[in-house]
Amino acid sequence: MGLVQIGRHDKDGQPDVIVTTIERAVNWARKGSLWPMTFGLACCAIEMIAAVSSRYDMDRYGAGVFRASPRQSDLMIVAGTVCRRMAPVIRKIYDQMPEPKYVIAMGSCATSGNIYDSYSVVQGVDRFVPVDIYVPGCPPTPEALFDGILKLQERIMLKRVFVKQPEQVKSV
Amino acid sequence: MHQLAERIQQDYPNGFVNAVEWRGDVAVTVKREYLREIALFLNQDPEMDFRYIVHVSSVDWPDDEERFEVVYEFYSIRKRHRIRLKTRVPESDCIVDSLSDIWQGANFMEREVYDMMGIRFRNHPDLRRILMPDEYTEGYPLRKDFPLQGKGWRDTFEFLNERT
Repeated sequence: MGLVQIGRHDKDGQPDVIVTTIERAVNWARKGSLWPMTFGLACCAIEMIAAVSSRYDMDRYGAGVFRASPRQSDLMIVAGTVCRRMAPVIRKIYDQMPEPKYVIAMGSCATSGNIYDSYSVVQGVDRFVPVDIYVPGCPPTPEALFDGILKLQERIMLKRVFVKQPEQVKSV
Repeated sequence: MHQLAERIQQDYPNGFVNAVEWRGDVAVTVKREYLREIALFLNQDPEMDFRYIVHVSSVDWPDDEERFEVVYEFYSIRKRHRIRLKTRVPESDCIVDSLSDIWQGANFMEREVYDMMGIRFRNHPDLRRILMPDEYTEGYPLRKDFPLQGKGWRDTFEFLNERT
């Protein structure tokens, strides 16, 4: 869990006292309750939906509570081709999400536009929102999305909570 | 020739240009001036009975004199037959009579043709862009002389500057 445990309970010998920093405790709580924003744009959404369903069960990572409102979510999974006309909507939703917030660009289209080098397709969602994790694939399997979520959790554990963050940490 | 095409040729010898049948599909090309009249006939005549409009689309033939082709496809649910009605328009005067008062369903599809190919429709009730934003000024994206990657719109994010 990333928390340091010392001390034993005097009845059953189980750990009794946990010593950690507030920062680690807060990060641990944050990484375990990533509520994603429902944002399926194309075929990647199908894999994202599969990732939540019982066979894969994304809830194991605390990221299974999909919210239909940006006000209640921490993580935006941009799953699919981003058309230019959708771009202002995505930006608005991103702006409405409360801090701390994270973005996963799921699939080749959200990452780079994929083969859609056309007049209407944005060549990567990172052109107008900061992206934390890029998940490659066309579409990525649920396992690949989980890898992205685990990587994001690793990154969350490195964040400083009560110290002003350097600007770069978010989009390295 | 297919009997539907024959009937059109009989009734409208001046408007009829040609008819092609390929694997059971009939495509009749008519003169633009007669398009509406023939479409009305197809819709109203009890033997034709084309009450359902399947699709409106357009083709760009950049080397032809009459550059654009508007394609209507109709289906008769009762008679179970279908027909494709084509007409050609030159670039200098690319306007066709709207059929949206005969088939309500043509409304949005004609708007799409206008949006993507720039062909206008006379007497259309609401001829605006439908897929691209209203303020889009780069032209008509499905024309053959339109660059595939557009003219910069996909890479301009003016909304990023509007935020405080």
